Amino acid sequence: MNTILVTHRDDLASKTGMWLFLFTEMLLFGGLFIVYSVYRYRNPIAFHQAAHELSIIIGTINTIILLISSTTIAMSITAIQKKNKKLALLLLGTTILLGLAFLVNKYFEWGEHFKEHIYPGSAVLASRGHGDVLFYGLYFFMTGLHALHIIIGLIFILVVAVSIFREKINPENYVLLENSGLYWHLVDLIWIFLFPLFYLIT
Amino acid sequence: MSRENNTVEPSYLDYKGKYKGIFSWILSTDHKRIAILYLFSLLAFFATGATLGLLMKLELIAPGKTIMTAQTYNAFFTLHGIIMIFAVVIPGLPAVFGNFLLPIMIGAKDVAFPRLNLLSWYFYVAGVTLVLISQFTGQGPPDTGWTFYAPYSFRTTGNMLPAVFGAFVLGFSSILTGLNFLVTIHRMRAPGMTWLKMPLFPWTLYATGWVQLLATPIIGITLLMIIAERTLHIGFFDPTLGGDPLLYQHLFWTYSHPAVYIMILPAMGAISEIIPTFCHKTIFGYKFIVASSIAIAFVGYFIWGHHMFTSGMSGTALYTFSLLTFLVAIPSAIKVFNWIATMYKGSIDLQTPFYWALGFLFVFMIGGFTGLILGSLATDIHLHNTHFVVSHFHFIVFGGTGFAFFGAMHYWYPKITGKMYDTRWANTGLIIFFAGFITLYGEMIFLGMKGMPRRYYDYDEVFHTGNIFSSLGAIVMYFGLAVIIINLIASLRNGAKAPSDPWGGKTLEWTIPSPPPVENFDEIPVITKGPYNYK
Repeated sequence: MNTILVTHRDDLASKTGMWLFLFTEMLLFGGLFIVYSVYRYRNPIAFHQAAHELSIIIGTINTIILLISSTTIAMSITAIQKKNKKLALLLLGTTILLGLAFLVNKYFEWGEHFKEHIYPGSAVLASRGHGDVLFYGLYFFMTGLHALHIIIGLIFILVVAVSIFREKINPENYVLLENSGLYWHLVDLIWIFLFPLFYLIT
Repeated sequence: MSRENNTVEPSYLDYKGKYKGIFSWILSTDHKRIAILYLFSLLAFFATGATLGLLMKLELIAPGKTIMTAQTYNAFFTLHGIIMIFAVVIPGLPAVFGNFLLPIMIGAKDVAFPRLNLLSWYFYVAGVTLVLISQFTGQGPPDTGWTFYAPYSFRTTGNMLPAVFGAFVLGFSSILTGLNFLVTIHRMRAPGMTWLKMPLFPWTLYATGWVQLLATPIIGITLLMIIAERTLHIGFFDPTLGGDPLLYQHLFWTYSHPAVYIMILPAMGAISEIIPTFCHKTIFGYKFIVASSIAIAFVGYFIWGHHMFTSGMSGTALYTFSLLTFLVAIPSAIKVFNWIATMYKGSIDLQTPFYWALGFLFVFMIGGFTGLILGSLATDIHLHNTHFVVSHFHFIVFGGTGFAFFGAMHYWYPKITGKMYDTRWANTGLIIFFAGFITLYGEMIFLGMKGMPRRYYDYDEVFHTGNIFSSLGAIVMYFGLAVIIINLIASLRNGAKAPSDPWGGKTLEWTIPSPPPVENFDEIPVITKGPYNYK
């Protein structure tokens, strides 16, 4: 309704808002990290053995994929600053493809577990004892929530890419691209914590 | 300085944007219109919650079944809790008065993210709708209480999912409001308004914003875990799967105790505005009030364990939480002393908002002292889960936040609506309400000390007399509320036109016309003096 108002633009405010939102995301996962620590402390052996069953190879590949995708989105910000719209779009496209590749890997990884009847609520998992139930419960919940963030991030980046294509995001006004980059880096960062917690500490 | 006669801009109430009728409200990104949206939705939910509370008190007027079954009573206290906590007192002052007045008090034209602000309101309505849906679908309404304690919350056949998810969505709304206010305060203060020239209500909103931002995600993830427990049987908090129900309580109170400060800090801010205005005197100890707000927000994070003294924590945890709980009383007391010192040698103008502020001080102190009794370990063992706790809680949350809300309502009513209310009816309503309030919750203190447990629809014959008093108090209080609200609504039509500064206030909102124009200020003011600049 504020048609008579002068458009007020404050990029620093937008970025501050995004940073504050990222704090809330960190605390959202922070709650889960606390639950993880408590149960790891109480079931050290079961967590130790269950971690061996996860595929370090897929986990490593996914880590590399996310790290590269963070690089490409950061490069696309530089590209738009240098007024290279085509390169910026290309780099964002790469980011989206890498994000999708992460999800595909995740799909096959989860599929393997499901084939072995390892999923929350399964009788096979329940028969293996409390430590395993908690490890896999946390594993599916935390990586699942992280995958949900990847999907949201991809949609966000797609919207940004369309805006660049339509030149709504341009070398003079690219704060939305920066914010999507910040979000994507956070998603990456959370994975950097999830990866060692579930795959590497054995 | 009144600019009443030279305004060209229409007030926010008259201004017609590109939408007509109801859409000019529900699609408006004007912070003032959003505040009104919050006000009306909040009053509707408050009326619902208050009616549930009244029905519960009527059930308790005599032992045994009076007007409802045990299961209905359980459902009622659950819904009463969810609505009152998540949909009334947590959004309460920030969403209504914060939205309306924060930009004006810091000399801005709107909040930093107006569209996000409107989105928070939609989340708010969606959240409450989900909670209400849970009442009428599935196998019966939720019956866990508003705390959703594990493991009952995923064993009960009550329809928990929509209620828990509704609370999650309400949390989202709260986070977005807090985020918006923080950025607004950081980026949009008028030129010359340094941090220590900012009025106290924005200051408390600032402290509240941080609590909303940093505490709410914890309840968000905890509620998601409850949902996962119910749907996927993951075992986070289920002892039969190796989970720990006590961990749920820790996570729940890690948010829900700081949430108490989300409720009370803006209330303290409103009181800090009302008292200097009606004493015509600079607030005493401005910097101490600012510092104590920040201190309360900070210490408030570390005392959640006092909700769990009887849950089975280690001795060290008990002592630590008890000590920290006592610490939070210090900044609260500093504020009370400062308010009283402000009145000393002031030229006090006895108006309705000032009476509300006095009422606030009285009930807030009862709430505070009963809190100390609960915060010490030995007495808590006796009083835990009795009506004493219910009474303490209502003295703080309804007495504290509620009194401040109605005080703020009467204080800023002329500014928001452009009309004066009928003072006689406003004071009559306050007296009836206050008498009912004290009878209702005062009696509960004694019932609790005698050992009457909470959350039962029935009780032993020895508690009968006290409960008759308490329930009659509830009826009187409900009647008082009706008088107050009807008076405010009737004054919209009958009230005299309000001047721009009816009370002699000195903060920025009183320098612009009532009701404010769409853009608040013709030109952004330049601030050179402190906020309470009385001679």
